[in-house]
Amino acid sequence: MSSKALKVLLPALTGALLLALWYAAHFFLISEERRFLLPPPGAVWHAFIKDAPLLLHAAWNTAQGALLGFGLAVVISFGFALLLSLSPLVRASLYPFLTAVQLTPLPILAPICVIWVGAGLASVAVLTFAIAFFPLVVNTTQGLISVDRNLLELFQLYRASRWQQLFLLRVPAALPYFFTGLRIAATLAPIGAVVADMNAGSSAGDGGGLGFQAVIYSSQLKIPALFATAALTCLLGFIFNAAILTLAWLALHHWHDSYERTDH
Amino acid sequence: MPASPYIEFRDVTKRFGDGPLVLDRVSFSAAPGEFITLIGPSGCGKSTLLRLLAGLSPVTSGTIAAGGRDPAAVATDLAFVFQEPTLLPWLSVAHNIEVPLQLRGVDAATRAASRQRVLELVRLQEKAGAFPRQLSGGQKMRVSIARALALAPRMMLLDEPFGALDEMTREHLNEELLAIHAQQQWTAFFVTHSVAEAVFLSNRIFILAANPGRIHAEVTVPLPGPRTADTRLARDYHELVAHVSRLLRSVDPEAA
Repeated sequence: MSSKALKVLLPALTGALLLALWYAAHFFLISEERRFLLPPPGAVWHAFIKDAPLLLHAAWNTAQGALLGFGLAVVISFGFALLLSLSPLVRASLYPFLTAVQLTPLPILAPICVIWVGAGLASVAVLTFAIAFFPLVVNTTQGLISVDRNLLELFQLYRASRWQQLFLLRVPAALPYFFTGLRIAATLAPIGAVVADMNAGSSAGDGGGLGFQAVIYSSQLKIPALFATAALTCLLGFIFNAAILTLAWLALHHWHDSYERTDH
Repeated sequence: MPASPYIEFRDVTKRFGDGPLVLDRVSFSAAPGEFITLIGPSGCGKSTLLRLLAGLSPVTSGTIAAGGRDPAAVATDLAFVFQEPTLLPWLSVAHNIEVPLQLRGVDAATRAASRQRVLELVRLQEKAGAFPRQLSGGQKMRVSIARALALAPRMMLLDEPFGALDEMTREHLNEELLAIHAQQQWTAFFVTHSVAEAVFLSNRIFILAANPGRIHAEVTVPLPGPRTADTRLARDYHELVAHVSRLLRSVDPEAA
């Protein structure tokens, strides 16, 4: 069997096995009166179909918040990384405060954010930005300052201007680091958007996202619907990651060894 | 000593910070088109000497003149080939070769013409669209040399460019380099650890001693040109290799 077929077949088999284990756990491991805690896959699917318009709309709202926050994080972190790459003194001055933002949990930041920009999309985007910004800025800065010394000397020898050195050497050399940060941020962004939505989401104007919906289902003890919400969040994360991986592959596969293989 | 020197070192001393002397009162001159090889034990200042010539590092005392001027003033006349190929991995061979020209604001049509010319010189026309990671070690180094040649330099500084290559590839590249030098007649300063390579390539060989770095001996290589693979079979060549090896052993007992 070809390795390409195996790469499709193996995850499919694993998935089927996990579904079987799930059913087995539901019917054989849990007592009848507690079975509602672990609804079987069929019940989750039915809950999804029943609430599909609501859930898909919520997923779209979450995706918007995640995309907006993630996009802002990409743009602003790049500018910040350029600033940080200027000197070790700039880095020493700013890193502790960047770390402080990263270390502050979203549920603590959320109420502040709601007060500042109001509940809903704006807050979700700002909080997603807060969680995605740090890995992006740290990785991109590292890339910008880790350029091969010989290449720097080559540019120095040919009297390259500061701008030429930055855009013809440092920025392309930092791309693999940037994409590493992007991949981490792409994993965090949907999670951040959902957590932000739980804490700062709003149903006004149908603006509630998956997090907001999860809070409602939780209060109603709709466990199958909660599972469906979790699955949809997971799917959103996969889509985000796949998009970033594809982008990284397109940008790097022709020259960077880590992206040489096509089985990303 | 050459009658009309292109490069002149006068009592050049180099020390990094408060460290020991790296080069101590080094003086020599080189005529236009001369091929000079620097050989000596590790730490004798061979690479430092090239870096001083390239203006990558300032002298501590003494003077360097290139064409009667400060080396910085003739920076556009020189090209440097590093120990590593130092290619930009995200650019194709063609674009790598154009980088120095691009940095100097040369227009696209002139860049393309220069690139074509040097790719033919190093016989890599068919690799113009390849990326560095698709090339062998020898091909990468040929691209590195092509990039230096694209500038049409008057002086080439080559810091042990073939050190990481196998013997066969190194010999081929030695012959190619000499053939290109014969056409273009730049002044060359070549660093190597290989006595055979030094004798094959050079008009003159400077044997450097370490602690502090200084010129211990100078050997003129009177082998006729064009030098080819057959040159390596000649008796004169082997005598010169033996002579330079003896001199090298006197400053570096560990040298072969």
